[in-house]
Amino acid sequence: MRKAKEFIVEKLILTCGVASIFFVALIFLFLMKEGLAVFKTVSLSDFLAGHKWYPISEPPQLGILPLILGSILVTIGAAIISIPIGVGSAIYIAEIAPAWAKEVLKAGVELLAAIPSVVLGFVGMVTLVPLVKNVFNLPTGLTALSGSIMLAFMAMPTIVSVAEDALYSVPKNYKEGAFALGATQWQTIWRVMLPASSSGILAAVMLGIGRVIGETMAVMMITGNAAVIPKTILVPVRTLTATVAAEMGEAVVGGEHYFALFAIGIVLFMISFMINVTADLFLHKRQR
Amino acid sequence: MRNPYRTQKIAFFFLLLSTLLIVVPVGLIVVIIIQKGLPAINWQFLSEVPQQGMRAGGIFPAIVGTFYLVSGAILFALPIGLLAAVYLTEYAKDNLLTRIIKLAIVNLAGVPSVVYGLFGFALFVVFFKFGASILSGSLTLGIMILPVIITTSVEALESVPASFREVSLSLGVSKWQTIRNIVLPNAVPGILTGTILGLGRAAGETAPILFTVAAFYLPQLPASIFDQAMALPYHLYVISTQVPNVDEKVRYGTAFVLLALVLSMNLVAIVIRSKFRKKKKW
Amino acid sequence: MVDPKFDIKDLSVWFGHLQALKKVTLAIAPNEILSIIGPSNSGKTTFLRMLNRLNALNLSFRVEGEIRIDGVDLLRLDVEALRKRVGMVFALPLSLPLSIYDNVAYGVRMHGEKNKKKLEGRVQAALEEAYLWEEVKDRLQESAFKLSGGQQQRLCIARTLAVEPEVILFDEPCSGLDPISTAKVEDAMLKLKSRYTIVLVTNNVKQAARVGDRTAFFLNGELIELDQTEKIFTAPHDKRTEDYILGKFG
Repeated sequence: MRKAKEFIVEKLILTCGVASIFFVALIFLFLMKEGLAVFKTVSLSDFLAGHKWYPISEPPQLGILPLILGSILVTIGAAIISIPIGVGSAIYIAEIAPAWAKEVLKAGVELLAAIPSVVLGFVGMVTLVPLVKNVFNLPTGLTALSGSIMLAFMAMPTIVSVAEDALYSVPKNYKEGAFALGATQWQTIWRVMLPASSSGILAAVMLGIGRVIGETMAVMMITGNAAVIPKTILVPVRTLTATVAAEMGEAVVGGEHYFALFAIGIVLFMISFMINVTADLFLHKRQR
Repeated sequence: MRNPYRTQKIAFFFLLLSTLLIVVPVGLIVVIIIQKGLPAINWQFLSEVPQQGMRAGGIFPAIVGTFYLVSGAILFALPIGLLAAVYLTEYAKDNLLTRIIKLAIVNLAGVPSVVYGLFGFALFVVFFKFGASILSGSLTLGIMILPVIITTSVEALESVPASFREVSLSLGVSKWQTIRNIVLPNAVPGILTGTILGLGRAAGETAPILFTVAAFYLPQLPASIFDQAMALPYHLYVISTQVPNVDEKVRYGTAFVLLALVLSMNLVAIVIRSKFRKKKKW
Repeated sequence: MVDPKFDIKDLSVWFGHLQALKKVTLAIAPNEILSIIGPSNSGKTTFLRMLNRLNALNLSFRVEGEIRIDGVDLLRLDVEALRKRVGMVFALPLSLPLSIYDNVAYGVRMHGEKNKKKLEGRVQAALEEAYLWEEVKDRLQESAFKLSGGQQQRLCIARTLAVEPEVILFDEPCSGLDPISTAKVEDAMLKLKSRYTIVLVTNNVKQAARVGDRTAFFLNGELIELDQTEKIFTAPHDKRTEDYILGKFG
């Protein structure tokens, strides 16, 4: 009796254990199910490289190149800002800050991670957007640059915490060895700690970028959402995520627009999948 | 030859600057929202429905909607996540399956929130025909917070000393009894922390509920899990971008309530965690 | 020798590529105290943990050979039933994070005893047998962590006794205790001998001399010598046994 019960319980545990695999597969499956149909109307190359995104014109033009470029532009901008600042602050928190400041700073970074993206988007709208508008004297502050700054900010918690872990996991005797040779603290960090933790820091950067590419609400609220190929960073752009979020409500289920938005979902899913798998490899390399 | 100590001074200055560039704006954001949002908060704002096209009145339906969504999400995610964590800590062997499970969890955590929205729409709204409803939204959010619950629960279970398990097993007590009576009770604070963090995450997300449940404006409260509902984060999005001429007070007030809700959950989680660490008996 | 309690033949154990036991053959008589001595990593704890199959918790574990308990193949027995019969006391006093009473009652409860009177009786009997009853009878509901190390170790003995085993395995039970607590635990062991078969792994050669009927010497996973305790300590056969006892290594 008890054995039978435990047998069932253990099967249930195993089922829940593999549930994550099941859900990832389910997500992929349903994106494919709804998204692949778009390729009946456009070819893969026209979809990925088409210059025009006019999903509701007749016939619809479903080229997502402007959206891809929008995402790339915003992401590059965010990466340029967030990588040095994020890694720098991870070094500061892990290696330099006194113990009391460490706790406060870590709490600050954790706090940032907890703020909902729609709140950050809202604050960005009322502070960052007018600022960008005035500084660069633009007709609108809803630009790729505003999006990059905002996203850089949102990527920080990921970059800082993963990079910090990477620094902590460097064996103590590396550092002690360097000090014993008379190196300054900075020389130790630069010559010993950073190279030793490089794969973890790389993973931190990748996960941060993954966060940026996937971010939706804040980016939709402050990048202006113009689906044209951007020439500079000071114009409105529309990202892949914002396109889905903004247009899904209007798309007719089973229509071409609907299929196209799911196809964008496939693209996003694959990007995040690749980033996460690679980052995971880097993290495991560090452990070994 | 450059002076290494001057180099160090300059480097440390820039590192400190980077840290401040993150932490100071965070502080500012919180201060701004408290400063401008707190004056908007009164009983009326919290307990009434929106009026004049959401330009005035309260945000009660959005609070209730978020409450329903978050409860539904946790009801779904907690049992699955907890048992998954039990599997990983107590049963999983060091093999390919375990490796794939861990990779799947990492990926689940990395899927963009808007993709969850698409998925939830395709599976729950369309395929299962739940429609845009609290049920669809809760399940979508539930799957999204699963990785949070699993990883924190795994941590909590791993913090229970292996010797407790050995003692229990050495008495002829079965594995499941050991988990039930020794491991789980001692992991409760950690599991609770993870659950609350998951709740906070679910409460703040917008993209996954956009097409699965969120109503633009719905003055009456949902009557069943098959109804649509308003939700705080979506409401904030709507009144900041979709409705012109909304009183600043209403926007800041809404942002304040959402932020306060999410941050207080995180605070509770942190308090439980630190209290538990101090009280730990082993 | 009467029918042995344990009969072990050619027992070899591996953890991954590491061989922890090499073709160990020995028999343990009922109601004897068998002491096992040897330097660390000699395989003595591995041997002990074979008798209640606790080694199987290690994922890279592999076994060859034969162990019989009362003539029955131990490796094929239901593992929970086996562990009920073969109790274990660990190196450190491992109290569970429960009250004193619940620590002792834990195993009994898990085996399905719900009757409160019977439970109380079992707990008291076990605590008495472990010579702890007098010290804790007025504070049974206190956390077990409030007891001293020696008391906790006797609590662990009581917890093991409460499930009414036939055999008790002691894995260096006094390694963390002061001499007075050690003496109390050894006392308890000697009195338990009349009712239980006891296998004692110890780092403390003198302890083996004090309590063991017979003593086995393990080295690098091999059983070097097994004989009456007196003989081992006065006239060992093997040079290595002598060296170890005299403290030349280990």
